Amino acid sequence: MDFLSTMRLALRALARNKMRSGLTMLGIIIGVGAVIAMVGIGQGADRQIQDQIAALGSNMLFVGSGSVNRGGMRMGSGATKTLVQDDAAAILRECPQVAAGSAGTVTGAQVVHENDNWNTQVYGVEPAYFDIRNWPPSMGVTFDQSEVDRAANVAVIGETVRKNLFAAASPLGETIRIKNLPFTVIGVLSAKGTSAAQGNDQDDAIFIPVSTHQKKLTGDTWLRFINVSAVSQAASVGAQGCITALLRDRHRIRAGQDDDFFVRNLKDMADSAAQASRIMTILLASIASVSLLVGGIGIMNIMLVSVTERTREIGIRIAIGATEQDVQRQFLIEAFVLSVIGGGIGILFGIASSWVISAQFKWPVLISPMSIVVAALFSMAIGIFFGFYPARKASRLDPIEALRYE
Amino acid sequence: MTTVPRSVPETVAAKASGAVIRVQDLHKYYVMGDNRVHALRGVTLEIARGEFVAVMGASGSGKSTFMNILGCLDKPTSGHYYLEGTDVARFTKGDLAKIRNQRIGFVFQGFNLLARTTALENTELPALYSRLPREERHKRAMEALNMVGLADRHDHYPSQLSGGQQQRVAIARGLVNQPSILLADEPTGNLDSRTSVEIMEIFQDLNKNNGLTIIMVTHEMDIAQFARRQIVFRDGTVRSDRYTPPNDCVDAAYVLKSMPTLED
Repeated sequence: MDFLSTMRLALRALARNKMRSGLTMLGIIIGVGAVIAMVGIGQGADRQIQDQIAALGSNMLFVGSGSVNRGGMRMGSGATKTLVQDDAAAILRECPQVAAGSAGTVTGAQVVHENDNWNTQVYGVEPAYFDIRNWPPSMGVTFDQSEVDRAANVAVIGETVRKNLFAAASPLGETIRIKNLPFTVIGVLSAKGTSAAQGNDQDDAIFIPVSTHQKKLTGDTWLRFINVSAVSQAASVGAQGCITALLRDRHRIRAGQDDDFFVRNLKDMADSAAQASRIMTILLASIASVSLLVGGIGIMNIMLVSVTERTREIGIRIAIGATEQDVQRQFLIEAFVLSVIGGGIGILFGIASSWVISAQFKWPVLISPMSIVVAALFSMAIGIFFGFYPARKASRLDPIEALRYE
Repeated sequence: MTTVPRSVPETVAAKASGAVIRVQDLHKYYVMGDNRVHALRGVTLEIARGEFVAVMGASGSGKSTFMNILGCLDKPTSGHYYLEGTDVARFTKGDLAKIRNQRIGFVFQGFNLLARTTALENTELPALYSRLPREERHKRAMEALNMVGLADRHDHYPSQLSGGQQQRVAIARGLVNQPSILLADEPTGNLDSRTSVEIMEIFQDLNKNNGLTIIMVTHEMDIAQFARRQIVFRDGTVRSDRYTPPNDCVDAAYVLKSMPTLED
């Protein structure tokens, strides 16, 4: 029998038992729908984490001054005074994987504007810092190299600082006092929000040229950190190795001795976060897959009942010339049609329910075309897999026995 | 029922050229637990093209097994079955399905029509498995229904048809692929006597006018008398095999005239 006739036959057989076919399909609908929705939620969470990490600055590496061991007492990170401006210049010069670098230091300070004051972190950085962190100003400008060279008293403030010191007034051109030193506000950074990695408010900060910070504010000659960006995300691992080797050499650290600095790779952080969300996606999808499996077993069950019920029909068909393949194909296509229609409705159901979830709980849901294609293929495979045994059973019936079956 | 002798037209004898079926020393036994049930114990016979044969015998005589083997639904344990000169034992399962489809028409006792499927679609069924194009299937099915006088009921479902009409649809189904032989297993078993004779009238008509070879299993003597040859089975062997003398043949159309109709 040709495919079209078999298809028509299958549809008619399914239409004959609408309630039963509907309930059998429901198993697949719920299964496919659950997989689509769960994968959508998982991928949505994954995308959100990726976005947050990208917001920290792409390809970013963080070089921090490290711990030092003084007679058995380890001083904790930031305790060494060995990381210096020349190290930052050397990294830019020596490591080809590095695109940009910004020497940086930080101190906590009370900041005053007219009658308002606010305690915040004051960072000394270089102009490249704002590009590396992917952090443009929302108002005014950031400082340039000439202002760093002459240790100008200029400040770029974070959004939280602006809110606390200026409220509704424009901060541009206003003078603020940091440790009693007057600074002119030349820009306000766009709001970045809470950091994904540390959970602190990134907007609660003031940025001034690193030279000003060192010479006028603290008198320190060493750096707390160097922000570095690699030429690409792939290059960041190589950059990390290069910086580590370079700094060990410059700081004359012998083999076997601990580093007096640390290099953190943002890609590593992104990877571990992405892995966590991927594990969640897999977990959700595998739980949902169980319901898909149960749906498939439902198809198998109904097909077995159907084969038994239609024993006589099968006997007639074999007697008048249906081959084993004809009979097998007939029942296989029936199971296939059940699961494919169920899968199709299930995809719509999954998209609809993830839409409802995202609207209701404000969760980001991402339905990728890939997950729809996989779900469609999977439901087809389920139809064939769970339809195979009943169809085979039908095709193996003895026509003499089958014709006698009451 | 009265038997009315009638002369047989010469055409049947003319068309009866060569053996369409030849069986040689057929044996069949089934193993049931420790017992071996012998269903056929050496059957040898020939059936020529154009014959109308009644196969008779009590239940357990082996006639059903014999028919199943003729219909290629079952295989003999030993012996040979030549259908139109070819030994069926050599065929694969797929070949046998094709033979059942192309060369053999089946009519069953219980009609065995597919429910919720129209008379036309039921008739078409064998043509569906021989992969004929849709138009050709319809054409042939309508012709077959026409032969059994049911063309006007082609869109009726089995539940809307009487027993006799259902059996006629089954006969049309058996004819749709223009087979060499028509095998009927107790075709009148579920029918009243008048309808039974109506079915015999169709058989005689198909046999005489279309030269169709018909082999019919029955245990009713008065049905068997409509056939031209009666083979009686007993304990797995052929007990008697005799031809009705042309003058003693019963014409179903004639018998019907003397039978009361349902309205009477």
